Amino acid sequence: MKELTHLDQLEAEAIYIIREVAAECENPVMLYSIGKDSSVMLHLAMKAFYPEKPPFPLLHVNTTWKFKEMIDFRDRKAKELGIEMFEHINQEGVEKGINPFDHGASYTDVMKTQALKQALDKHGFDAVFGGGRRDEEKSRAKERVFSFRNENHAWDPKNQKPEMWKLYNTHINKGESMRVFPLSNWTEKDIWQYIRRENIEIVPLYFAKERPVVERDGNIVMVDDDRMSIGEDEKVEHKKVRFRTLGCYPLTGGVESEADTLDEIIEETLGAVSSERTSRVIDQEAAGSMERRKREGYF
Amino acid sequence: MKGLLKFLTCGSVDDGKSTLIGHMLYDAKLLFADQEKALELDSKVGSRGGEIDYSLLLDGLMAEREQGITIDVAYRYFTSDNRSFIVADTPGHEEYTRNMAVGASFADLAVILVDATKGVIAQTKRHARICSLMGINHIVLAVNKMDLVDYDEARFNEIKQEFEQFTYNFNLESIQVIPVSATAGDNVTKLSENTPWYDGKPLLQYLEDIDVTDQMDEAAFTLPVQRVSRPSHQFRGFQGQVESGQINVGDEVITLPSKEKANVKSLLVSDQESGEAGIGQAVTVQLDREVDVSRGDVLTTNEELNVADKFTTTLLWMDGDELVEGRNYLVKLGTKTLPGTVMKIKHKIDINTGDDVPADKVYKNELVVCDIALSEKAVFDKFENNEALGGFILIDRVSNMTSAAGVVNHALRRSSNVVWQDTDITRPIRSQQKGQQPLTLWFTGLSGSGKSTLANEVEKRLVAHGHHTMLLDGDNVRHGLNQNLGFKEADRVENIRRIAEVSKLMNDAGLITLSSFISPYEGDRQNARDIIGESFIEIYVSTPLEVCEERDVKGLYQKARDGEIPNFTGVTSPYEAPQNPDIEVDTSQMSLDEATDYIVKQIQQQLA
Repeated sequence: MKELTHLDQLEAEAIYIIREVAAECENPVMLYSIGKDSSVMLHLAMKAFYPEKPPFPLLHVNTTWKFKEMIDFRDRKAKELGIEMFEHINQEGVEKGINPFDHGASYTDVMKTQALKQALDKHGFDAVFGGGRRDEEKSRAKERVFSFRNENHAWDPKNQKPEMWKLYNTHINKGESMRVFPLSNWTEKDIWQYIRRENIEIVPLYFAKERPVVERDGNIVMVDDDRMSIGEDEKVEHKKVRFRTLGCYPLTGGVESEADTLDEIIEETLGAVSSERTSRVIDQEAAGSMERRKREGYF
Repeated sequence: MKGLLKFLTCGSVDDGKSTLIGHMLYDAKLLFADQEKALELDSKVGSRGGEIDYSLLLDGLMAEREQGITIDVAYRYFTSDNRSFIVADTPGHEEYTRNMAVGASFADLAVILVDATKGVIAQTKRHARICSLMGINHIVLAVNKMDLVDYDEARFNEIKQEFEQFTYNFNLESIQVIPVSATAGDNVTKLSENTPWYDGKPLLQYLEDIDVTDQMDEAAFTLPVQRVSRPSHQFRGFQGQVESGQINVGDEVITLPSKEKANVKSLLVSDQESGEAGIGQAVTVQLDREVDVSRGDVLTTNEELNVADKFTTTLLWMDGDELVEGRNYLVKLGTKTLPGTVMKIKHKIDINTGDDVPADKVYKNELVVCDIALSEKAVFDKFENNEALGGFILIDRVSNMTSAAGVVNHALRRSSNVVWQDTDITRPIRSQQKGQQPLTLWFTGLSGSGKSTLANEVEKRLVAHGHHTMLLDGDNVRHGLNQNLGFKEADRVENIRRIAEVSKLMNDAGLITLSSFISPYEGDRQNARDIIGESFIEIYVSTPLEVCEERDVKGLYQKARDGEIPNFTGVTSPYEAPQNPDIEVDTSQMSLDEATDYIVKQIQQQLA
């Protein structure tokens, strides 16, 4: 046998984790955020159970402010793959008219964090897959693969259960739940390389294309629908832009780019800084502040 | 490009761990998110009169990352031109040994630092011992601060020898001792001119080149089954990760513990059809005939693999609650989870010296050698033969804590020699003859709650209805069967275990057993439930403490309040009320007759 490559090893580890959850947990669900990490995680789940379908549904927490292309992609994927997709929207928030323009931080809390808690309580999920990686966020560097939440969905980082070998302890007390991160040991670079190797379809927003945008507070914001009001000093322009992370369109800044193929994106994402071809890997900022905020909100 | 290397770093902060890793990343240009950050860091590290403090590189990141969680293992990721690395950066303090062990169980190699001016200290030995226990076969000892001992070869050799002697029995596949200076950069990413006598590689190159793949691909094939996939009648696949050896389509495998033989009909490596599969791969195996295999079983080519129910183990105890003999846990071994009891604590191992220390209790972060009896036969191997089938965790059945990590030293032969004698007259026959379903009615509650009175009444009622019964009472049992037991914790656990076993024997005889014991701890009652099985019915006599104390039939509460009885349940030691009792009665709310009626009515269905 030839030695496994590091992507082979990461793939096998993630599949092992996903299968453990399916075998031991009563009511698991996979969070699906439509982004590239979610796409990789879903791809791994499809592989883990082939020729069976994954024996758990997907859950998308919809803030109602996602890019249209994301929602189209989500619905098409779920149909294509034949997997049940739950969507949860915090109706209370919608009724109160909570939106990203007027409510800032409380928007994130109400439409993302609270919405997620509602969804989990409603369905009584005991294990929730998330696409979080240890290299993307400070507190995540120390989080276990199987991470426990108390009945209020809170994480106690100072009292984590020891996680030995790959003997994951899935036993929880009543009301508690687990977040499970099959991509814990993947880096941003691994994700992109795996997307290329496996030819995984991702939302077209990752690729550069001419799109209607305005410049706002130094960010390039896409005008995705007419809920976004354009200021008097703002001008809608058509620019060739792409998005490094995906979230709510008013909160997601695009970058001007010519990269419209996977290879060009990988080149741009991973090689951008280093002209002298040094491998630049501990890459805190690459994930982008928006995505990080989203993760913090989510988890 | 080589595969991933997972390694951990250990050693105390003073030994220069951060500086060493920081220097390695810096020199090899493996760090820096962007130029802005690089500049910012450069301005920091450059501020000490030209001397670069490389630890700032890592500590700067660490302070950001840790957010007050300084006690746990942190994972860092980097890639050189030749290899991808994951570093588990583990805490040094003795109190956090279990977190260090988490990092060690994750890694294939350990970089242990020592300070050349101090040499091998207790902590060095502790770390090396835990690494070895957790299955690390490759150790790099980085002898740091060589600049402070003038790159003295003799000093280096002295430390090298001491460490090699210490690890002589550790079964290591490789051990490399490298003289370094983390601050000056000697032998970190390039060979140093200051140590011409050192004939090995610099640290980074050593890590890039080392082959840590176990020789497990030459071993027999083992696949612990994670899951049975049955999407249709035509397809029945056994899913799991190959833990040793390799397999080809057409090969014969044995199923354990059912010991059937079958040939491999098809193989999926993740979702791809394949003719062969090897170690580390996620596979789905179809066999050419029906076999009795479910999660936790093993497909293998090794006929010698243990199928037994007892083994001797070395445990790292990780729970804040101490370990006592006789306690029952869930054992997760491979992909199998089953109840198991810690039968015999042989001795502790002094984590620093390695000496055997006699003990009957074990506390957090201690190493202990003990025997474990499983509730049924399972497939396992010595840890040194097969980590996946020899490593296990103990899960506390009440708190769900991961209480210990253990490695199987060897199976206990008795487990294959002492077999169940099958008898012709079975429990169903005995109970049929008596025209009843055997049950154990387990009365738990405070002293004076009315357990014994109630059990007595219920028994009378059952006998009047023509049932065959036996009553076991706490006080009475202590005069006979358990007269050699006291009231300390280990004795209390054993007391309940024996009563549960006797109750079960009575059930086997076809009798309805009424057992009346305070049994204040959830864990002990859970243990009894496990032993007795489906026949166990928990009756919680929930009479409030004030009422029990007012009754004080035996004058015990008064004595306890006067300090004459230590550890008296309800007064000086806790009573853990059952969360989901099968039946609950409060004798301060119901008359004796009402309570008896209620219980008999509740069990009516099971009796039929």
